[in-house]
Amino acid sequence: MGPGPSWDLAYDVQLMFSYPFMVNAFRAGTLVAVIAATIGWFMVLRRQSFAGHTLAVIGFPGAAAATWLGLATGYGYFGFCLAGALVIAALPTRTGRTASAEQSAVIGTVQAFALALGYLFVSLYKGFLSGMTNLLFGTIVGVTDTQVLVLLVSAAACLGVLIAIGRPLLFASIDPDLARSRGVPVRKLGALFLVLLGVAAAGTSQVTGSLLVFALLVAPAATAHKLTARPAVGIALSIVLALLATWIGETLAFFTVYPIGFWVTTVSFAGYLAACLWRAVGVRAGRRPRLEAPAATPAGART
Amino acid sequence: MTMTQVQPGAVQVPDQPVVQLSAAAAQVGGSTIWSGVDIAVGPGEFVAVLGPNGSGKSTLLKVLLGLQPVAAGAVRVLGSPPGRHNREIGYLPQRRAFDADVRIRGVDIVALGLDGDRWGTPIPMLSRLLRPAAYRARQEQIAAVIDLVGASGYAHRAIGQCSGGEQQRLLIAQALIRRPRLLVLDEPLDSLDVPSQAGISALIQRVCREQGVAVLLVAHDVNPILTYLDKVVYVAGGTAVAGTPADVITADTLTRLYGTPIDVLHDRNGRLVVVGQRDVPAEHH
Repeated sequence: MGPGPSWDLAYDVQLMFSYPFMVNAFRAGTLVAVIAATIGWFMVLRRQSFAGHTLAVIGFPGAAAATWLGLATGYGYFGFCLAGALVIAALPTRTGRTASAEQSAVIGTVQAFALALGYLFVSLYKGFLSGMTNLLFGTIVGVTDTQVLVLLVSAAACLGVLIAIGRPLLFASIDPDLARSRGVPVRKLGALFLVLLGVAAAGTSQVTGSLLVFALLVAPAATAHKLTARPAVGIALSIVLALLATWIGETLAFFTVYPIGFWVTTVSFAGYLAACLWRAVGVRAGRRPRLEAPAATPAGART
Repeated sequence: MTMTQVQPGAVQVPDQPVVQLSAAAAQVGGSTIWSGVDIAVGPGEFVAVLGPNGSGKSTLLKVLLGLQPVAAGAVRVLGSPPGRHNREIGYLPQRRAFDADVRIRGVDIVALGLDGDRWGTPIPMLSRLLRPAAYRARQEQIAAVIDLVGASGYAHRAIGQCSGGEQQRLLIAQALIRRPRLLVLDEPLDSLDVPSQAGISALIQRVCREQGVAVLLVAHDVNPILTYLDKVVYVAGGTAVAGTPADVITADTLTRLYGTPIDVLHDRNGRLVVVGQRDVPAEHH
């Protein structure tokens, strides 16, 4: 992408940020990492990764259609992802594990159709083949100031809503029956969360591409869930991991010829592997991983 | 963190029943599942709800929690129509177990029982810094109830890594944390091994006596709790009868209830076995 690194860190960073497109890529990446990591933590807890992936894939025809119609891709991502979230939220949800098999079949079918539709829009818009790769696997160039602004507004709104509903959402995710008996609007919270997930998926798609959103939406959250069972620490860890993956991935994409989607995903995946390894070693050594509260700590001393 | 702790018995007349159903009927999907049900549960009573699968035991609990209306008759819970005082009811829904990969600690589950229904997102480090007194009081309240159920040893582990009995103790702590006046437990002993069943039964009995909490416990097998019970409600044959175990779990009463000959056998340890002609579910599993 850019020139090779000089291995003088200060100089390299300075060089990277002398390109306006890299500044915007970092701005967008940072916003997306924070929102994807936070929403992703809840998504992994609620076992809605499949729905999250579907929403991301639905964004692809949206972005392709936007390009075809001469609009900014961002609008296509947000429009289609939000519509998709509302449709999934409106699907009749039945309780129990047996219902989820049918639901995943429906969602899978929709996913295939979304990809096909996206491909159609790409063919309608002639001479757009490298554009398709960018939509599916992400690109480091071409994040506009407007796009950064839209990401900032959507990330702020998303976080604001999530902070407002965080505790009852956690309650409804872990124990829907009990939460309902306490007057928590479990269904409405579920629908609202899907909308938030749609926003996160749309935002993340603009950095990693539709097919690689999981690099930021799932991998950091899943890694955090592996490392700690404390909600506050888990969400913070998830954000730190997503930021690291984004920043390192974008830097590597700048100094090498390989694309951003590959690097961000690879860094995320490496983090996940390391967490698995660390836990496996910890379990084998007969101790619990350090981030979990040691039994010796007085029960009242921590949350 | 503000604390929301309901003081039990503040406005309540002491002898008023905690739960009262008169001539109550319930429908599921348009057909009447039980009718003509009269039940009264007093403060601090330990009551078992028994009956075969599909007889409407869980429906009875839903009615008491205000999640389902009655089709006929009257229901009062803690002196009001059902659903009004759910904050003063500790409810343990029926469940199998948390999956092994649920990575949330037991203490977090217990804390949700305290204020999980409140909006917002508490940030522990922030509340510790800004409101240390309230933070500490909350931590102590959580620790106290975990200690009460004897779960301190594993409350900081991910709940998925706890055994079935350990999970059940933590969930009882969750149900108890707001000092409820009524504890509603839906099959808390199922899917537990025999020693855990005995331990949980003794715990519930202790809470019932020491805290003066009325307990309504749905059970498949009455034997683990038989010696502790003040009352049983037997749901079967489209209605329910309530009374002492000695009155209700008899060949005569159950024969009338089922409308088919039933025998109740006693073994030498005082355990009961209900046997019917064809496929009336036996009281043991």
